[in-house]
Amino acid sequence: MIKNSDFTYQYKLELEQIMSQYETKRAALLPVLNLAQEKYGSLSPEIEKAAAEYLDLPLMQVREVVSFYTLYHTKLKGKYHFQVCRNMSCHLLGCEEIIEYLKTRLSIDVGEDSEDGRFSLSTVECLGACEIAPMMQLNDRYIGPLTKESMDEILSKILSEQKI
Amino acid sequence: MSACPKILSQHFDVPNAHKIEVYCSRGGYTSARKVLTEMGAEQVIEEVKKSNLRGLGGAGFPTGMKWGFIPRQSKKPCYVVINADEGEPGTFKDRYILCLDPHALIEGVIIACFAVKSHKAFIYIRGEYVEPVRIFRGAVEEAYEKGFLGKGIFGTDYSLDLIIHVGAGAYICGEETALLDSLEGKKGFPRLKPPFPAVKGLFNSPTVINNVETLACVPHIINKGAEWFSKLGCEKNGGTRLYSVSGHVKKPGLYELPLGTSLKEIIYEHAGGIRQDLILKAVIPGGISSSILKANEIDIRMDFNSLAAAGTMLGSAGIMVMDETTCMVKALLVATRFFAHESCGQCSPCREGTGWILKIVERIWEGKGRPQDLDNLIDISQNIEGNTICAFGDAAASPVISYIKKFRGEFEHHIKTGSCDLVEAALK
Ligand code: SF4
Ligand code: FES
Repeated sequence: MIKNSDFTYQYKLELEQIMSQYETKRAALLPVLNLAQEKYGSLSPEIEKAAAEYLDLPLMQVREVVSFYTLYHTKLKGKYHFQVCRNMSCHLLGCEEIIEYLKTRLSIDVGEDSEDGRFSLSTVECLGACEIAPMMQLNDRYIGPLTKESMDEILSKILSEQKI
Repeated sequence: MSACPKILSQHFDVPNAHKIEVYCSRGGYTSARKVLTEMGAEQVIEEVKKSNLRGLGGAGFPTGMKWGFIPRQSKKPCYVVINADEGEPGTFKDRYILCLDPHALIEGVIIACFAVKSHKAFIYIRGEYVEPVRIFRGAVEEAYEKGFLGKGIFGTDYSLDLIIHVGAGAYICGEETALLDSLEGKKGFPRLKPPFPAVKGLFNSPTVINNVETLACVPHIINKGAEWFSKLGCEKNGGTRLYSVSGHVKKPGLYELPLGTSLKEIIYEHAGGIRQDLILKAVIPGGISSSILKANEIDIRMDFNSLAAAGTMLGSAGIMVMDETTCMVKALLVATRFFAHESCGQCSPCREGTGWILKIVERIWEGKGRPQDLDNLIDISQNIEGNTICAFGDAAASPVISYIKKFRGEFEHHIKTGSCDLVEAALK
């Protein structure tokens, strides 16, 4: 468990570099939270507090920002986070089927994380890659067009710990 | 098929065009150099005005005019903000520019900043774009190393910093004033206008906000002249456009064509026509916020004015194609779910209305629709339209109204029978 001072202490240089780019301290909030989530995987209450202290902001202002943006999460996600697009182009080309298939293969529902901490499944709105619909973001990567076969392949790679 | 010069996409197939050496070897950065060493700020603005370049993020506002609004004698610093928060469903053009031709964008930014006398630009890139951010960051570093960004660019006394700011997932941050709030470290809430950003924008200073595609056009305008650029398009719409085409076409993808190319030509000639040679049912011409067109309405020029006359809009030029297998009730459900999900919640007509619309459409989809539902949907939508702080309200209303107007029979049938059998029957 990290203490709230650890974050600002450990990443001092990176934080200073971020701060130097902005006219107000507050403007550095998103980049600071992005950095924290990148380093720790989620934004715990301790991190929120550390960010608030570092930027001289009321904790409330940090909380409301964390809850406003969909990419911030307060709990750790699985090692493999499947984010399947459910907007129009992906819908037209069958994302519902893909989502159903993933639910069975991962044995979790949308919005859930597997107990072993390996998988998370979410649906998201258009990821700006409709030309490869139906598509998903798996951790940092965009993958599409998805078929059951291509998902089987990805899953077997994951299960055998190969690079995707 | 119209022959179209490749301008914005001319480097897309060139290996390593995202590297500065490759870009420079193809004539890159000569426009920025010319502007900084030979031209005055006013002259640049005039040239962009003459080119008829319009904002390509969705709103279509004339770019040169926008730059001209920046007060000349302001004591405050002026900022240029690049909107790379591409989130309009159906649109993926900015992603291509960020990944495949990032230096064209950086060059456009240098020129824009010089024209409005700004020394600091922020690019706001959506958080999901991990790879585009990585590539663009590399390009910015290269530009600094070469001395094209930073202090004393091209040996002049002009300095410019370009800061990359990564968003955190919120469609509304594509709206320019919400983007500014987000950039200032707040929730992305649209602001009431006026004051317009040109007067009071980022950190209360004069601010120009331009889309990625718009700025990527600028070096070409300087390079080949405003007249050449304006002739590529049609009246009052200079240049070409990157059309994102997706859905039920054989070849989904990004196509660069003149503004004013016919929608029919884009779908049938460039994107290869309808998959499995099925019959076309409907087309969303400009991203999910634009009103839908029926199959018999696609003989239309893709420019701001023609589409407005047809009751829809060019928007982000994200074309989504639907064939006869598409259930319009389900399609509307997908659209309304999106708008209910993304409303920022500031104005009650939008916040309450989008939620209410979603509930009714969901009910119809589940086979529990009531006869008065359709009129209620239209009524609620019309009460959102025009009554909100930002254009999101109108955007949320237009699909509802247009889907029901154009496919009313299908909706009524769905309410009466509780199922989708019209689509199934059409396929037999
Ligand atoms: S119209 Fe909707 S999205 Fe725009 S400010 Fe109002 S509530 Fe927010
Ligand atoms: S609709 Fe799925 S990526 Fe755009």
